[in-house]
Amino acid sequence: MTILEVDGFSLSFGGVHALRDVSLTVAEGSITAVIGPNGAGKTSLFNSISGFYRPQKGRVTLSGQDVTRVPAPRRAAMGLGRTFQNIALFRGMTVMDNVKLGAHVRMRTGPMSAMFYMGRARREEVRVRAEIEREVFDFLEIDHIRRSPVASLPYGLQKRVELARALAMRPKVLMLDEPVAGMNREEKEDMARFILDVKEQWGVTVLMVEHDMGMVMDISDRVYVLNFGQRIAGGTPAEVQANPEVIEAYLGADDMTTLRERLRGERGAA
Amino acid sequence: MDWLFFFEVSLAGLGFGALYALTGVAFVVIYKATRVINLAMGEMLMFGAYLFFGFAAGFMLPVWLAIVLALAGGALLGLTLERLVIRPLLGENPISVFMVTIGLASVLVGLVEIIWTAAPRSLPGFLPDDPIFIGDAFVAPKTFWSFIIAGVVIAVFLVLFRFWRGGVALRATASDQGAAYAMGINVPAVYSLSWGLAGMLAAGAGLLLGSIAGISSEMGFFGLTVLVVVIVGGLDSVLGALVAGLLIGWIESLAGVYLGGEYEHLVTFIILMVVLLLRPWGLFGTREIERL
Amino acid sequence: MRIGSPKETYAADESLFRTRTQWVWFGILLLSLVLYPFMANLYWLYLVCLICINIISATGLNILTGYTGQVSLGQAAFMGVGAYTVAWLDNNASTPFIMNLLAAGAVTTVVGIIAGLPSLRVKGLYLAIATIAASFILQFIFINWESVTRGTRGINIEPPTLFGVEFDNPDTFYWLVVPVTVVMLILAANLFRTRVGRAFIAIRDRDISASVLGINLPLYKLMSFAIASFYAGIAGGFYAYFYGSINPESFPLLLSIFFLAAIIVGGLGTILGSILGAVFMTLTPELLRYGVDVLEPFVHDASALLSPVRTMVFGLLIVGFLLFEPHGLAEIWRRIRRFFHLWPFRN
Ligand SMILES: Nc1ncnc2c1ncn2[C@@H]1O[C@H](COP(=O)(O)OP(=O)(O)OP(=O)(O)O)[C@@H](O)[C@H]1O
Ligand SMILES: [Mg+2]
Repeated sequence: MTILEVDGFSLSFGGVHALRDVSLTVAEGSITAVIGPNGAGKTSLFNSISGFYRPQKGRVTLSGQDVTRVPAPRRAAMGLGRTFQNIALFRGMTVMDNVKLGAHVRMRTGPMSAMFYMGRARREEVRVRAEIEREVFDFLEIDHIRRSPVASLPYGLQKRVELARALAMRPKVLMLDEPVAGMNREEKEDMARFILDVKEQWGVTVLMVEHDMGMVMDISDRVYVLNFGQRIAGGTPAEVQANPEVIEAYLGADDMTTLRERLRGERGAA
Repeated sequence: MDWLFFFEVSLAGLGFGALYALTGVAFVVIYKATRVINLAMGEMLMFGAYLFFGFAAGFMLPVWLAIVLALAGGALLGLTLERLVIRPLLGENPISVFMVTIGLASVLVGLVEIIWTAAPRSLPGFLPDDPIFIGDAFVAPKTFWSFIIAGVVIAVFLVLFRFWRGGVALRATASDQGAAYAMGINVPAVYSLSWGLAGMLAAGAGLLLGSIAGISSEMGFFGLTVLVVVIVGGLDSVLGALVAGLLIGWIESLAGVYLGGEYEHLVTFIILMVVLLLRPWGLFGTREIERL
Repeated sequence: MRIGSPKETYAADESLFRTRTQWVWFGILLLSLVLYPFMANLYWLYLVCLICINIISATGLNILTGYTGQVSLGQAAFMGVGAYTVAWLDNNASTPFIMNLLAAGAVTTVVGIIAGLPSLRVKGLYLAIATIAASFILQFIFINWESVTRGTRGINIEPPTLFGVEFDNPDTFYWLVVPVTVVMLILAANLFRTRVGRAFIAIRDRDISASVLGINLPLYKLMSFAIASFYAGIAGGFYAYFYGSINPESFPLLLSIFFLAAIIVGGLGTILGSILGAVFMTLTPELLRYGVDVLEPFVHDASALLSPVRTMVFGLLIVGFLLFEPHGLAEIWRRIRRFFHLWPFRN
């Protein structure tokens, strides 16, 4: 069963073609990875699926519904959760409030009942709070930091809080933009385990962008490769690894070490 | 319709518009170099005018000397504000910087009222006052001469901006600060330069405005119209400031005469609203693209 | 919560005051507010009424600017809308004053939403400038819509009455404005315990990410404008009743700057900040006046200096706080509390 389908996305910024006729399908309950050299258009693809960028051409279907013209917040409400490449936590809020914000789309309180904070508003807050503690915080092992302001957390934990926020939404499809970038080995292993659990225990479909080939090949069911905004391959990890075009794209892009350095440099600046 | 009258009103409006343009250029210079929207611009202009008043009427200095001192004082004010208040905040949330300039405006108004009281005054005349006719149309001599002077100053400024080393550094910093650093441009000096220059331009505009309309501590209101001018023209466009300055001067003048004085500023702010809704980056400004 | 198991009941953890000590302090505060009128003279009651009006308005502005990040220089003009609504109803309809006050809130809310429309298109500084424009347009209406506002002559308003009591003096007015202020503060604080308040903060911190996470930006921005202007409307309504007359000059741009200064000085994005800021900014001119009285015998015409010095001090406070204490008095207050909390076991 396909849960998310992208059909012929083309997106350009002035002269830069970030995406050219990119199509892909994501099967329900799978982990699907998108890989490609820097600047290949992976984040642009995510932003287009989210509804932040509006591709000039192409359609996107979520749970069988064409959402091409649906604005970003509605897509989130339909079950499209995500994390961001450059951590996008709300710095003025605690961990708890950040994660609760993730649950925004499945809450109902309006401004009036919010201000009086009685009855429904109160019950809803307490209920969501309890659910988050039970399902998300225990699962991701971040219970101890729930009251910390997010800005003071180390990088690895911030990434985890972002994941928590996306999970609090109870998404159908979870998009992760480079979930382990910049992490040390141990943190990476934790994160890989979380992602697998999300798929298996929560039954959430995962679509992720990742540069760490080891992890991609380990946990993905299906891999798509972008290069210069074009989809150059798609298939099982084994198929993709054997694809000569992919190998060339990676080698031809630049040599790997400078590539990595550039990546690291960018992150340091961010 | 009385076309001659229309023409005269238009000329008066363009005269005022030249002052908008002049102050607008000062505004744009600051914005380009430091990305600060300086809400104290009108008050800097006022301060310059009062300095002239102080030197010429208070200390009885000769007019030319008072002018020079007022311009120098304006530049000094710009330099001081930049160094003491703006620079420590660069890189902070632009909204904080914006609010700081609101605070500075308030400080300058208070300062002027403490020294010179809030009463309106008129400046010692320094512009020729023989009546001027363009064809059959009469132009108030002060308006005419301030138009000419503003035009010359702007022209000189544009030439400097284009060819002088400081102007080139300023433009380089405006287009890419990181690259400017890398090329060995002393970026902090460029900040100072931009504020100093803008302070001087504003003081000059203050002198001209004061000689046409008198001075008062509420003169800073002029700065709000200039703000409208630069937004309509595009915050980072000198050309925009020139075109929009003349345009708004002209429209205000027509509105004031044909609709009534109370409509003068109403029209300005309605134009602002329309531009913000339809084309927030202005007629000639650069559109900024948001990234996630 | 200072000590305690991490798993005490969620409901308790979600409450406005988490520890018993905080509840006790809140009780003491309420009690002193009740006792105050029996100890203070008319002048000090007048000041508290004025402070309360300013707190209401500053709280509204803080919700919009401090919490939602939409800088507004229109708060005074919005207050004007509320004040004129009350004035018009008072002169043209014999509705009870509570109705008038609520109508002031409602009308101002509608005006605020309209004035907030540019926020759908522009943000940051552009929005701030749009609110300046909105405030001029409102000012123009105050002056020129003579049939309703009586133009520059202004309007007089009869003091409100309730159950036969006439609230024509600070000592009676106190009982009207203080409870309403307390309630409105609690309402504002509640807002930030819920999804609505979180959405506001999210918009302030990262609007685009917030949108991708499911927050309808136009809806919540306008909601924030609506709430801020509702508060302004109520404050303006009180203002009209309190002073008994208003005119277009009562609500200049400078007053909007005053409120902006109040929330900067108090602390952007905290309820406590709105309170501290309003208190501080209302008392500062009084302090200056006192200073001028002291100087009077020594300095020629010292009282003429009052207004300019006040203007300058407001400016200096804005600049000073933004430069040196950007989180405002609320942060200073927190530091003091922490100090005493650890005392005497500091290292
Ligand atoms: N908002 C934008 N405006 C202009 N160009 C953009 C914008 N967003 C992306 N681009 C360009 O589109 C191309 C693809 O960028 P994108 O961020 O999607 O790459 P990516 O595959 O995610 O790279 P990385 O691995 O470095 O994250 C790049 O050339 C980038 O500069
Ligand atoms: Mg990317």
